Amino acid sequence: MPVPQDRKYLKTHEWFKPEGDLVVVGITDHAAQELTDITFVQMPKVGTKISAGQSFGEVESVKATSEIYSGIDGEVVEINEELSSNPGLINSDAFNAGWIIKVRPSDTSQLEKLLSPGDYENFI
Amino acid sequence: MEKIDHDIKLLFEQSVEGQSGVNLPQCDVPEASVSEAIPSALLAATPVRLPEMCEREVTRHFTRLSERMMSVDANFYPLGSCTMKYNPKINEWAADLPGFTAGHPYQDVQDIQGSMELMYRLRQLLEEIAGLSEVSLHPAAGAHGELTAMMVVRAYFRDRGENRDEVLIPDTAHGTNPASCALCGERVTIVKSTPEGLVDLDDLAAKITDNTAAMMITNPNTLGLFDKSIKKIADILHQRGAQLYLDGANMNAIMGQVRPGDCGVDVMHYNLHKTFSTPHGCGGPGAGPIAVAEHLAPFLPAPQVDFVDGKYVWDFNRPKSIGKVRTFYGQFGVMVRAYTYIRALGHSGIKNVSDKAVLAANYLGKKLEPFYTLPYPLPCMHEFVISAEKQKDDHGIRALDIAKQLIDYGIHPPTIYFPLIVSECMMIEPTETETLETLDRFAAIMQRIAEQARTNPELAHQAPVTTPVSRVDEVKAAREPNLRWRYKE
Repeated sequence: MPVPQDRKYLKTHEWFKPEGDLVVVGITDHAAQELTDITFVQMPKVGTKISAGQSFGEVESVKATSEIYSGIDGEVVEINEELSSNPGLINSDAFNAGWIIKVRPSDTSQLEKLLSPGDYENFI
Repeated sequence: MEKIDHDIKLLFEQSVEGQSGVNLPQCDVPEASVSEAIPSALLAATPVRLPEMCEREVTRHFTRLSERMMSVDANFYPLGSCTMKYNPKINEWAADLPGFTAGHPYQDVQDIQGSMELMYRLRQLLEEIAGLSEVSLHPAAGAHGELTAMMVVRAYFRDRGENRDEVLIPDTAHGTNPASCALCGERVTIVKSTPEGLVDLDDLAAKITDNTAAMMITNPNTLGLFDKSIKKIADILHQRGAQLYLDGANMNAIMGQVRPGDCGVDVMHYNLHKTFSTPHGCGGPGAGPIAVAEHLAPFLPAPQVDFVDGKYVWDFNRPKSIGKVRTFYGQFGVMVRAYTYIRALGHSGIKNVSDKAVLAANYLGKKLEPFYTLPYPLPCMHEFVISAEKQKDDHGIRALDIAKQLIDYGIHPPTIYFPLIVSECMMIEPTETETLETLDRFAAIMQRIAEQARTNPELAHQAPVTTPVSRVDEVKAAREPNLRWRYKE
């Protein structure tokens, strides 16, 4: 699957998509494929402060458990409730329906420092 | 061959009302009412429905279940990192001696001097193998040993007035390492491996701080590689006042060859059940004694078994001890077996174990190299990893499929998808106790599986087909766990 051009990436396979004054965060399709069938997603509570370089949750598959890292500082304003009953959404649609959290960023310029779609594609 | 289908029902499903395995005598004391003896708040609202069965059916049930076990006594079991070596039956003879089986930890130490002596001597043997000053036999399993050791390290720093709470762990570590740290209240920082699979000393130097309490290292590591920089790692840590912890899971590769204490290790745990041949996994409990250097010894769990004035005693006078970490004094039955194993082998025998374990792994690695990817070149230590990347990319056969197919050949699958830094990883540890014929047979089967991946990939996708339960839906099991059986009303 081609990597969407409308967002930024981390080497740890998270994507960050600006949406109004929020940023939507998820993991990439490549990560989902590597993990195989995802069985559980641990998400932070709404209101949690997250920071760049720190883990804010976990994805668990039959194969492994992986931390999800943030590339930006901010506050969680919404989580994808759908994932608690249907974690497989990340496998079927990692870049859209499988989003994990929405964040109100404290400094939008942090996004610029993340990997461009091209750089991420080269990396994987 | 037709599959014999003995679907084994749960005891609850086999229950027949009125059946019983015991004939209780008539009650010869006045009957007391349960509701008077026990506060009603503590009583169940509905009676517990236990299965009703006779002895014969219970015996058959468990015997049938036992026949389905894959075990070291019946199968080759190359489960990486678990050291599933054969457990010599002389261990069982010793553990069955009435002086050991009939003893009780509440007995006066005068009356159980033999058991005390065994523990004391085992302590000494483990101290010698570790090259460290004192061993505590208390921890009941490997991960419990890790936790106990981290508590000892914490107590050591608190005693010095330091609040260090950060532990460095390489990305190849067993998952229990960070878990033990988290339980102990430490923060974990991951140290990267070099492309050769060893601790990246630059990354270590960049990540160590004055808040670093310890680094937990497994050597040889989970890739089966011995990190020759261990002394350098110890020096880097010691310069900052931090401790070096050795996860002893892989002691089978080095025991009798190198003493961890000589490499600068301050504290380590053993897995008696792995290295010293006691039944484990589905077959029995573990034991995770820890060994420490002199400066950590005051903090070990209490009481300590000791030998004073010709008698074996419990030393409770250890004011800096972290205290008790479990009931009584550890897994005594495992200690008897481990002690028997060490004494039966002697000095040269112990050394021979690690020699042969390493030889067997390298032999097998070499045999598999033409058919699978070896992400790290041989030689290895007592285990090695292969990757099924080629099979996955070319034929859609994953490590999981190969593992399932091995079951059809009566072989316990190796550890798969670990360590995490190798894709489609299979971690193979043959141990020293297998014959050349078994190793050759395994290699031939792995070759056949690799060929079939090309010629008939469906075989691997369907495996296992010879077992009572074929491929289970792991995703469904994880997403919709159904853990409780209920009576159909």
